[in-house]
Amino acid sequence: MQPFLKVDQVTKRFHKVVANDRVSFDVMPGEIHCLLGENGAGKSTIAECIYGFYKPDEGTITVQGNPAGLTSPRDAIARGIGMVHQHFVLVSSMTVLENIVIGTDAARPILDLKAAAARIREIGRRYDVDIDLEARIWQLPVGQQQWVEILKALFQGARLLIMDEPTAVLTPQEARRLFQIFREMTADGLSVILISHKFDDVMQSDRVTVLRRAKVIGTVNTRETTKEALTNMMVGRSVELRVKRDEHPRGAPVLEVRDLRAANDFGTEKLSGIDLTVHRGEIVGIAGVAGNGQGELFEALIGARKTRGGSIRLDGADITGRSPAEIQRMGMGYIPDDRFADGLVGDYDIQSNLILGHHRREPFARRGLLQFRAIRDFARKAIEELEIKAPSETTRTRSLSGGNAQKVIVAREFAQATKVILANQPSRGLDVGVIEYMHERLLEKRRNDFGILLASEELDELLGLADRIVVIFKGRILGEFAAGTADIERIGLLMAGQETAGKAEEIS
Amino acid sequence: MGDLFTDTIVISVLAATIRIATPLILAALGELIAERAGILNLGVEGTMLMAAFAAFIGAYATGSTLMALLLAVLAGMAMSFIMVFMAATLKVEQVVTGLALNLLAAGMSLYLYKAFFAVEGQAMPTVAVMPVAPIPFLSEIPYIGPILFTQKVLTYVALLMVPVVWFFLYRTKYGLEIRCLGENPKAIDTKGMSVSLRQYGAVMAGGALCGLAGAFVTIGSSARFVPDITNGRGWLALVIVIAANWRPSGILIAALVFAFLDALQLQIQGIGVQMPYQIFLALPYVLAIVLMVLKSRRGRSEEPARLGVPYFRGER
Ligand SMILES: Nc1ncnc2c1ncn2[C@@H]1O[C@H](COP(=O)(O)OP(=O)(O)OP(=O)(O)O)[C@@H](O)[C@H]1O
Ligand SMILES: [Mg+2]
Repeated sequence: MQPFLKVDQVTKRFHKVVANDRVSFDVMPGEIHCLLGENGAGKSTIAECIYGFYKPDEGTITVQGNPAGLTSPRDAIARGIGMVHQHFVLVSSMTVLENIVIGTDAARPILDLKAAAARIREIGRRYDVDIDLEARIWQLPVGQQQWVEILKALFQGARLLIMDEPTAVLTPQEARRLFQIFREMTADGLSVILISHKFDDVMQSDRVTVLRRAKVIGTVNTRETTKEALTNMMVGRSVELRVKRDEHPRGAPVLEVRDLRAANDFGTEKLSGIDLTVHRGEIVGIAGVAGNGQGELFEALIGARKTRGGSIRLDGADITGRSPAEIQRMGMGYIPDDRFADGLVGDYDIQSNLILGHHRREPFARRGLLQFRAIRDFARKAIEELEIKAPSETTRTRSLSGGNAQKVIVAREFAQATKVILANQPSRGLDVGVIEYMHERLLEKRRNDFGILLASEELDELLGLADRIVVIFKGRILGEFAAGTADIERIGLLMAGQETAGKAEEIS
Repeated sequence: MGDLFTDTIVISVLAATIRIATPLILAALGELIAERAGILNLGVEGTMLMAAFAAFIGAYATGSTLMALLLAVLAGMAMSFIMVFMAATLKVEQVVTGLALNLLAAGMSLYLYKAFFAVEGQAMPTVAVMPVAPIPFLSEIPYIGPILFTQKVLTYVALLMVPVVWFFLYRTKYGLEIRCLGENPKAIDTKGMSVSLRQYGAVMAGGALCGLAGAFVTIGSSARFVPDITNGRGWLALVIVIAANWRPSGILIAALVFAFLDALQLQIQGIGVQMPYQIFLALPYVLAIVLMVLKSRRGRSEEPARLGVPYFRGER
């Protein structure tokens, strides 16, 4: 059989950075082909080249045996290639229908979208996707936005769908749905290129091509390989997939939350009386589907969100209503889930981001003047210690890959915090190497008697790291499990809001 | 004081309102199209000024209103070409570009005026002002006729442009694409459509409307050209776009409100009420500030999310 797509010796450079170095692989009709690689390995870049968004410096891309000469997404779309980008490209103030139709031939000079709507509904029925075409994008949860992106590609007649980390923002259930859809598509002879860091996704593909530092390490049949083997190819060494959590006695309570209430930005109550205690030398995991109040909880704890009631104590001192600056000074560190929105200033260089929030303190500032030598030394040390891959400490943070950006935040918060670390989805979108690193660091902080509050949508991560797991649902803590007694099924039920399931397991 | 409310006075104030609103509507609609495409063109004032001058020259040299309007439109498009070239192609800071355009227009119109007319003796050159064009029958309707249908052609054009621009933005594919540029240009780019081409189209179409607005200020209202004849109307148009929450219908309303305040002020001055008229001159701007404060508390703003942000493909 002839491959649908053949990528041959493609090289792509950004100035001095070689993002793809003679990359070759092919995709068969009806295949789910996975691209796997560390953060910054060049997965998104090769995908953009196939989509015609970036122009390769060397090499050829062939579609159904014909050299494609892709110079614009227009060519790619015409040849049946569709792409869902790592960060969605939707217009949030417009309707689903408008987002799908824009730029296609369904958009006549004078818009009449009825015919288009009928065709979209048709596609929706085929894949069992039910979505309100008149809804505006901002009204939809991210999971649904993902369907919009897929419909967008299918509507344009995509035969090959490139999905750049589609499951990073999905709940486990939504991810399962997504793969169901993929399988229906491949049954129709369509192909999927899937970029993902999650082995649950990777293992559902037909073949895997592993990239490391811009080069292809190899392509393997998924059935004939294992997680461990893939990890080895990807990182170039073996990675401990299961963390080793040694016993460590927990100390006195260091973070005590009582009956905490808060609303989201639109005034809707998102925290309805949270009770939570974190002790020294303990990791407390928060399990829950995104959007159940995790973000609001962390923001309230660090002082960035007004509370509507309840109290927060840090090492005995009441910090309710204090400013983030004060709370940080009192020893709390925070790793937010949205790196670039809340954790970093993308246009600042790495060294500035590394001292952000602590820039007024010695040794970074003296008598109101920044001490550049101290800042630079600190930055160089952090870059070396955390193996942040960047040309220098003055590189713009925005140009870092997800994993390296995360390391900058970790370096800053871990260096400054003295008592408590808050981490919201710290491993989202990161490769196994960086995740392993994150976990080691969190456990090290635990050994140093920090109290750690960790939210994650990955139950495995929590089961591996946390001493206790609480489940959050609609702004309430529904159940609490000790590390040993935690049962995935029960936690799953609680995450879906079935309250009775966990009661029996509750410990005091 | 009773005089203030007789029929004739009310009618004349309201008719003046429509007249004064004309350049505001045209310029604000032009700016709206540009802003919807993501380009903040602060050069409206200068664009209007250059167009006003071009219209004056056109009328003076050819005596033809049509030629004058054509020149004004060309001038408006030329000015906005500079704007969009800097913004979409060179990706220069848009605020600075707009401000520079205003300075350029202020200096250049004055320089050209002197260059053209310095030799022609002392008397200020004049042109024929566009005549009022009452619409048959409609203009005879009591009250409404003299207010709405006894205006100049450009005024009818301005009022007509409100639904036309609305239809263009919300009912055509070009409008959809332009609105998309202001919200998320990458959505256009990833479909293989040119972002900058569309921005050129939008900003220059807006410039053409601005050109008509400028023409109204000279040949539509005044026989003479004086320096800085636009007198802040371009800035007011910018405020109107905001007050209108980036909607064509809102522009009509906001422009009429501002124009009404101005018309009232003229009337009050005219009948010699003992009150510093500067207070009324300041009123539109005071109202503008009040509106801005209120806007910040209003629910969902229609402001284009990527207004004034240059688009780079490789950005992440
Ligand atoms: N537009 C750009 N300009 C400059 N450098 C870039 C650009 N895009 C990517 N790079 C660099 O190219 C390399 C590959 O990046 P790419 O985004 O393809 O990685 P990735 O494998 O998708 O990583 P992740 O898993 O974090 O998404 C990185 O070193 C990155 O910093
Ligand atoms: Mg990527």
